Amino acid sequence: MFAICADPKTLEGLTWLGCYLTSGKHLDFYMSFVTVLALLAVTAPAAMLLGFGGAMASRARLAPLRWIGKGYSAMVRGVPDIVYFMFFVIALDQGIEYVRSRFVCDDLSAPVFQGMEFHVCNAAKVPLATASPFTFQAYGFFLAVVTFAIVFGAFVTHVLSGAMQAVPRAQLETAEAYGMSQRQVFRRILVPQMWVYALPGLTNLWMVLIKATPLLFLLSVKDIVYYARELGGTKTSAYAYSHPDWRLYYFLGLLVFYLLMTKVSEIVLTRVSLRLSKGQATAAGEAQRRGLA
Amino acid sequence: MKKLLLITTLLAASAGFASAEVVRLATEGAYPPFNLINDKGEVGGFEREFGDEVCKRAALECTWSTNEWDSIIPNLQSGNYDVIVAGMSITDERKKVIDFTQDYYPPTPSAFVGATADADCKSGPVSAQVSTIQAAHVAESGMTLLEFPTPDETVAAVRNGEAVCVFADSDYLRPLVNESNGALTFVGEPVSIGGGVGMGVRQSDQELKGKLDAAITSMKADGTLNTMIEKYFGPEGLKY
Repeated sequence: MFAICADPKTLEGLTWLGCYLTSGKHLDFYMSFVTVLALLAVTAPAAMLLGFGGAMASRARLAPLRWIGKGYSAMVRGVPDIVYFMFFVIALDQGIEYVRSRFVCDDLSAPVFQGMEFHVCNAAKVPLATASPFTFQAYGFFLAVVTFAIVFGAFVTHVLSGAMQAVPRAQLETAEAYGMSQRQVFRRILVPQMWVYALPGLTNLWMVLIKATPLLFLLSVKDIVYYARELGGTKTSAYAYSHPDWRLYYFLGLLVFYLLMTKVSEIVLTRVSLRLSKGQATAAGEAQRRGLA
Repeated sequence: MKKLLLITTLLAASAGFASAEVVRLATEGAYPPFNLINDKGEVGGFEREFGDEVCKRAALECTWSTNEWDSIIPNLQSGNYDVIVAGMSITDERKKVIDFTQDYYPPTPSAFVGATADADCKSGPVSAQVSTIQAAHVAESGMTLLEFPTPDETVAAVRNGEAVCVFADSDYLRPLVNESNGALTFVGEPVSIGGGVGMGVRQSDQELKGKLDAAITSMKADGTLNTMIEKYFGPEGLKY
């Protein structure tokens, strides 16, 4: 990156370290932190949306809709995450390519599944073989977001439907007595009040999501754990910068990162919890009211 | 007229673009000197130079990607890439699911490495990389097998005392032993297993296999391959 780093074998001490830490591979490592943060930023709202939909469906009056909501949450929660990441992603990828092949391939006579092999014409490959490495990374990232959102959405479904049931019946009855329709009760009373009950569960899920990001690696998205392992491993003189086993230091770095992430989340979520309890008919809300009075 | 010319040029360009066949090569990127991710973050090592030369001779346009060793064969089958160039030994078991080109690196001896020369490998756990011929060999010979996903971890297990010995390609172990300042040493005699290293392709890709084979044959014939082996493996590297 810098002119003095042109020949790493001749460098020593701090200069060596400075050059080492700014090598192309290290810059990729630093970028992978952004990847992880971006994944969290996209997945969390997506999982919330799915979860909210699932929770609404599982309380629906229409039976089939209710089955979908309950079935979704029960099925996904019952299967280990790692199975989803191994199986579902390949199925999703092949599904997309299969559908695309029906539209773009000229010759559809060859079977798509030939024994263990999966065949679609080159034009139907997603991404195309000619695409840039960045496109491949972005596609892997997209698959990861979808998979994470589906898995965590199922847990959110469960948390939110529990929270909806925790809102005191008296609150809803009062609203009904005021002449509000079911829809109005749901929007004006149930949803604003349920968050305070949902928050502990959602906080938990957020923490689990942060810790689950290394699963990205299974989707060949290079995340921070992959780079820590790769950069930290013993490097012989086949590499420009050779060093002994430094994985301990890299993983200590990751430890600090994860602890910081969870600490910041905790601070933010405590504030959110205080804010949500305001004026609620819960112990925390009551305490706040007394404190103010 | 100008517009017409532009369109013709564009059409010609896109036609040329479409006809050049893009072949995706996959490697592990953690097995120096065969393959590694260099400090620029790109694929490097013997197989990088070898693969690029093969593509040049076979007139293929090649791009590189990396994949976990563990899932490298399933991802070939599902079409995520077209060729495996990852120091993969040709074995009968693998031939059942994929096809190999002729070998581009001769059958190499595998070796045991321990902390001291008199380490008793049979007594304790022997580490090897998962789904390798070495792991199979350790398991078959009745020693306790300790498997790791990456080659680096198999050696680290010996350094920190988790395993008594590591069993791997001697070409991979040699630089590590030489640069360990005596912390690691070869134990006992090397063992010859495997049928040489080949490029893995899908069984249905016979045309591609033919092109790669022809390129390897020409590289063996004019000595280019031996020069490359010498460059990356030193005088100990086996030649054709």
